[in-house]
Amino acid sequence: MTTVPLPSSRRAAGIALNAGLVIFVVLYAAIALLQPNYLEPGLFMNFLRRAAPLLILACGQLYVILTGGFDLSMGAVATLVVLAASILINGDPDATWAVIGTLYVMGIAVGLVNGLVVAFLKVPSIITTLGTMLLVNGLALAWSGGAARGDLPDNFRNLGRLVWRGVPVIGTLPLAVVVIAGFVALAWWGLNGTVYGKRALAVGDNPRAAELAGTPVAVTRILAFVVSAVSAVTAGILLGGFSGVSVNAGEGLELQAIAACVIGGAQLLGGRGSIWSAVFGALSLFALFTLLNILGLPQALRDSIQGLILIAAVGASMWRSRKRN
Amino acid sequence: MTTDAAKPGPARSGLPISILLAGLSIGFFVVVALATGEVSQLSGQGIVGLLQRMVALGLVSIGQTFVILVGSIDLSVAALISAVAVLASHIMQGDPAMILPAILICLGLCLAVGLVNGALVAYGGINPLIATLGTGLIIQGVLAASFGVLQGAVAREFQVIAYGGLLGVPYSLLLLAVLSLAAGFVLDRTLFGARIYAVGGNPDGARLAGIRTERVTLSAHVVASLFAGASGLYLAARLQSGTPWIGRDGIYDLESIAVTVIGGTILAGGKGGVAGTLAGVLLFASLDAGFNMLGVDAFLKQVLRGAIVIAAVAVHAIRTKEHVA
Repeated sequence: MTTVPLPSSRRAAGIALNAGLVIFVVLYAAIALLQPNYLEPGLFMNFLRRAAPLLILACGQLYVILTGGFDLSMGAVATLVVLAASILINGDPDATWAVIGTLYVMGIAVGLVNGLVVAFLKVPSIITTLGTMLLVNGLALAWSGGAARGDLPDNFRNLGRLVWRGVPVIGTLPLAVVVIAGFVALAWWGLNGTVYGKRALAVGDNPRAAELAGTPVAVTRILAFVVSAVSAVTAGILLGGFSGVSVNAGEGLELQAIAACVIGGAQLLGGRGSIWSAVFGALSLFALFTLLNILGLPQALRDSIQGLILIAAVGASMWRSRKRN
Repeated sequence: MTTDAAKPGPARSGLPISILLAGLSIGFFVVVALATGEVSQLSGQGIVGLLQRMVALGLVSIGQTFVILVGSIDLSVAALISAVAVLASHIMQGDPAMILPAILICLGLCLAVGLVNGALVAYGGINPLIATLGTGLIIQGVLAASFGVLQGAVAREFQVIAYGGLLGVPYSLLLLAVLSLAAGFVLDRTLFGARIYAVGGNPDGARLAGIRTERVTLSAHVVASLFAGASGLYLAARLQSGTPWIGRDGIYDLESIAVTVIGGTILAGGKGGVAGTLAGVLLFASLDAGFNMLGVDAFLKQVLRGAIVIAAVAVHAIRTKEHVA
C-alpha cells in the first residue's frame, strides 16, 4: 500500500468509479423492473431529490476519509441546523437568508474545532468527532428544549422541496437536484481542480511522507473537516426543507455517509477514492433503501441489508485487490 | 514507536494514567458531594451505588480493550448487548429453570458473533470498523424486525445478579471485579496476553516471530463479544426484560471505545490495558453521579460529556509526535 506509487492509485480510483456505478445501475434496474415508472425522468428526478442529503453528506465525508479520518459529527450538525433554523427563523421569510449564513458559520465552527483538535491535540478523529457529536447533539437539544420548536417559512423549505415543472427534456427539475449538481461540481473541483486533492490523498496515504515532502498536513486535515461540516449544514437545510423539523432529523446519517463512500470504493484510513465514490456510493445506498421499500420489507430489516451490503462491498474490493497483487 | 509498542505496556504506561484518572474521578465525586451537601453519597452505600454505575459499561469496555489492543475495534457490541438482553428475557419467560439454558444460548450467540467478526477482520481482511458496523447493523435489524415475537421477562431469581449482594457488595460489582482481574491476569501474565500486545504493536513482526496473528485477532473478537454478552445479561437482570434499543440508547459501542482510549489504550493497538479502561469507566460513572447531584440538565450533561471525552484523550494524546487521523 504505502510502497505503491501514484499510477496505481489513479487506477484504483478508476475501479472505484466502476464499482459504485455498477452497483447503482444494478439496483436501479431492479427498482425499474418492479416499478417501471421509475424510468420516467420525473420519478428519477424525485429519486435524486430524496437522495440529495445523503449524497451531499457523502461528498463531505469523503474529504475526511481521503485524509485518513472519520467525521461522526455530521448527523448531529444536520440536526442542529434543522432545529436552529426553525428557532431562529421562526416563520419569518425575511430572516431566511441571514439565518442560512449563520448556520454555515456554526457549521464551519464545528468543522474547525474537529480539525484543530485532530491536528494539534492529536486526538484520533473517531474520538474527536464522537465528542463533538455528543456535544452538538446536546447543544441542539438543550437549545430547543428537546422538542421541535418554531417554524420554517416556505422560502426556506423550498430549497428542499421546490420542483420546477415544464422544464424542457426532463420535464420536472427539483431545486435540490440543482443544489446537488452545484455541490458535487464544487467538491469535484476541490479535489481535481486544485492542488488540495493530491494533498489530501498524500496525507491519507502516509502523513509522515507527505509532511517530509512539504505538504501542510495540519491545514489539509482541518480543511477536510470544514468541508465535511459545510456539507452537513447543506444537507441539514435540504432535510429541513422536505421532512420538516424534528429532533432526530440527522440521526445515523454519519454512518450512512461513511457506508456510502466505502460502497463507492473509497478506502477507510485514507489514500484512495474519488468524488465519484461518494456520489455513486450514496446513490447505490439510497437505491437500496428505495428497493427495500418497494419490496415491502419491514423498515427494521433495512439495517440488516445495509450491513450485509457494506460487508459484501468491502469484502469484494479486498478480494479484487488481493487478486491483483 | 513500534518497538516500544511491542513490549507489554500496562505496567509501565497504563498504570499512571489509570491512577491519575481514578484519583480525578473520585476527587470530583467527593467535592461535588460535599459542595451539594449530599454527604450520604459518601457513605458505603453511596460508594457502592457509584461503583454499580460502572458495571454495564465496564463489562463491554473490558472486551473492547482486548480488540483495541490487538489493533482492531468492535462497533457491534451495542447491538449484541440488546440482542442478548432480549434473547435472555425471551428464553427465560420468568421461569427460573431456564436461567442456565438462557445464559448458555446467549453466550453461544456471542461466541458466534465474535467468530464472524473475527473471521471477517482477520481472514477476510475487511476493515474492522466496516466489518463490525456491518454485523452490528445486521443484528440490530433482525432484532428490531423480530422483537414482536421475542417478548418475555427474565426470572425473578436471575435479577439477583443486579439487585442481590454479598455483605453489602452487589453481585454485579463482584462479577465486574472478578472479570476485570481475570482480564488483567490474561493480558499481563499469560502467553495469549503477550501475543495480543505483540500482534497489536507490530503485526508483521509478530507474524515473523511465528505467531498466528489471525488467530489472536479472532480470539480477541470472541472475548469482546462475550464481554458484551455479559453486559447484556446484566442489563436484562436489571431491567427485567430487554428491548432492542438498550444497547444503542446507551451508546455502548462508542462509549466503550471512548473510555478505553481515555484509559490510555491507543487505537493503533499494542499499548494499554484493563486498569486504564476501568479508570475511564469510573470517570464516566462519577461524572454521571456528580452531574445528577448538581442537577445538571440532561442535554447539558451530554454537552459536557462530549467535551470531556475530547479533553480526556487530548491530555495524553497531545504528546504524540506522529500525525494521527
